Amino acid sequence: MNVAVCIKQVPAKDAPLAIAEGSAWIREADIGFEMNEPDRFALEEALRLKEKHGGEVVAISMGPERVKSTIKEALAKGADRGIHVADDKFFQLDPLAAARSLAAAIAREKFDLVLTGLQSDDHGFGQTGVLLAELLRLPHATLIIQIDVADRRMKLKRELEAGWFQWVELPLPAVLSIQSGINKVRYATLKGIMAAKKKEIATIPRESLGVASEMTQRVERIYVPQKTKKTEFLTGTPKEAAAKLVEKLKFEARVI
Amino acid sequence: MNILLITEQREGKWNKTSFETLAAAQQLAAEQKGGLRAVVIGKGVLALAEELAASKIDEVLLVEHELLEKYTPDGFSLALKQVIEQVKPDLVLLPHTYQVRDYAPKLAASLGKGMVADCIGYKTEGGKLLFVRQMFQGKTAADVSLQGAAPWFVSFQAGAFRADLVAKGSARAPVKPVTVELKPEQIRTKPLELFREAKQAVDLTQAPIIVAIGRGIKASENIPMAEKLAKLLGGEIAASRPICDEGWLPMERQIGSSGQTVAPKLYLALGISGAIQHVVGMKGSRTIVAINKDQNAPIFEVADFGIVADIFEIIPALTEELEKAK
Repeated sequence: MNVAVCIKQVPAKDAPLAIAEGSAWIREADIGFEMNEPDRFALEEALRLKEKHGGEVVAISMGPERVKSTIKEALAKGADRGIHVADDKFFQLDPLAAARSLAAAIAREKFDLVLTGLQSDDHGFGQTGVLLAELLRLPHATLIIQIDVADRRMKLKRELEAGWFQWVELPLPAVLSIQSGINKVRYATLKGIMAAKKKEIATIPRESLGVASEMTQRVERIYVPQKTKKTEFLTGTPKEAAAKLVEKLKFEARVI
Repeated sequence: MNILLITEQREGKWNKTSFETLAAAQQLAAEQKGGLRAVVIGKGVLALAEELAASKIDEVLLVEHELLEKYTPDGFSLALKQVIEQVKPDLVLLPHTYQVRDYAPKLAASLGKGMVADCIGYKTEGGKLLFVRQMFQGKTAADVSLQGAAPWFVSFQAGAFRADLVAKGSARAPVKPVTVELKPEQIRTKPLELFREAKQAVDLTQAPIIVAIGRGIKASENIPMAEKLAKLLGGEIAASRPICDEGWLPMERQIGSSGQTVAPKLYLALGISGAIQHVVGMKGSRTIVAINKDQNAPIFEVADFGIVADIFEIIPALTEELEKAK
C-alpha cells in the first residue's frame, strides 16, 4: 500500500510570535519551526500501515527551503522518500490554492491512500484533506481514529462531537484526515536518522505545477486579538499570588 | 448580498449552532440589505423546516432525498451544489461543526470556490466585509476578505453568535421543497452505525468546579498534584486535548470542541495555552482563572483572574492557602 502523507512545518509551539511589517505574516527570522503536531499522527499512521501492509510512505511538504528539515524528520522516522513543493511565499496561499498545488504534486504518482492531519497549528484552515479529495476525485473521511484495511476497502472509525463515534466504509484509493491522538507517535532512532541521509527528497517548484492560484479569500492583516474580558492579574511571589487568588475567589467571585 | 444558510440536523434533532449562525445570517442580511434563505437537508425533516419557518427569514428550502437520510460527504455536497446552482446565493453561511468541516470545503471546491472557515465574527470596513478568524492557535486574529466572484462560503465557530438573538418573523416563511438528483453509485462512503462509547463515569457538565490541566503539566507524574487541588476545591479534574491524547487522563475528561462543553462556576486552567478548540468548551464558565507562564497565552483573553507564573510554583502555594482557608 503506497501512502502519501502531507506534513506541514509550523512555528515551534513555544516560539514567541511577532507580527511582521505589513501585518501579513509573522516574523520568521528569530523563531524555530517544527512538524505540525496533528501531522505527526498522520505520519505515524502511514508508517504503521506500511509496516502492516507493505508499500512505501512518501512525505510531502510545501513551503520554503526550511521545510526540508521537517521532511528529513519524517524520513528519519521511517518514510521512504520526500517531496518538497517549493514556494517561499506559500503562506499567502488560500486553502484552495494550497490544496490545488499539493493535489497536482500528488497526482503525478499513484497512491493508494493520502493522509493529512486534522489541521495546522499556524493557519488552522483545517480544509486540506477534504479539498485534496475533491481535487483528486477521491472519496474521503475525516476525524479518523482507527483504520482497518482489507480487500481494497477500509473500515474507519470517526470521532464526532460530544462523545459520538461512527463507523464508515470507504474503497481505496482515498484521502483520510487523521484525528489527533489516534496513535502514539514514535521518535526517530539514531539508525533512522543515519538512514534518512541516503533517502531522496525531490523538489518541485510550485510554479512548475501550473495550477491556478487566484484567490478566493485574502488575509488582509493579522494582529494580536483584543481582549474580550478584563483580566485581573495577581502578582507577587507564588505564595502572595496564591493568597490573593484565594481571597478573590472567596470574597469577590464567591465561588469557593 | 443574498445569503443562504445551511442548517444542520442529525436524526431529526437540530445541531444548536445552526441557530447561532442563523442569528449571524439575519444580522448580515439586514446590514447588507439582502435576502435570507435557509436550507434544511436530510430525509423526513419537514417538521424542522416548519419550525425554522417561524424565524425572520424569506424562505426555507426543504432538501429531502432517500440518499440524504444518513450523512455522507458525497451526498451532501452533490445535493447542496444543486441547491446553490438553483438559488444562486452570494454568501453561503454554515455553522462550523465537525460535519461542516467534513463536506463544506469539498462543496465549495466543487464549484471552484473557497471557504473562510471557523470565523468568530465579522466587521465592515469602508463598505468591505471582513471575516475574523483565529490563527496560530488563537495567538493572533486575522481579518479575511472575500476575493473573486460569488458565491463565497463562510462558517462560524460555535459560540461566535448568540442563538437567543434569532429574530422571529412577522409571518411564517414559506417552506419550498427543492428537488435534487442523486444516484446511489455517486455515494462512495458507506455510513455505518453512530454510537457512543460506554456510559461515561464522570459528567463534567454537572461539576461546579473544574481544575483543568494542559501541556504545561509536562509529565503524567505531575497530575496527582493537580488532582489534589481539584479535590480540595470539591471539583473535578479535566484537561485539554493533548493530555488525553497522551493517555494521561481518560478522553471523557477532555474539555473542548472534541470533548465536553462545560460552564462551571469556577474553571481553573493550569498550564493551558487556550487554543480555540479548548476555549469553545469552557468560555461560558462563570469565573475563569488562568495560570500560565506565558503572559501572551490566549487563555488570558477569557480569564477573570490571571497569574503569570510557573504552575509548579503556584499549585503547591495555592494548595497550602486553600488548606489554611478551610
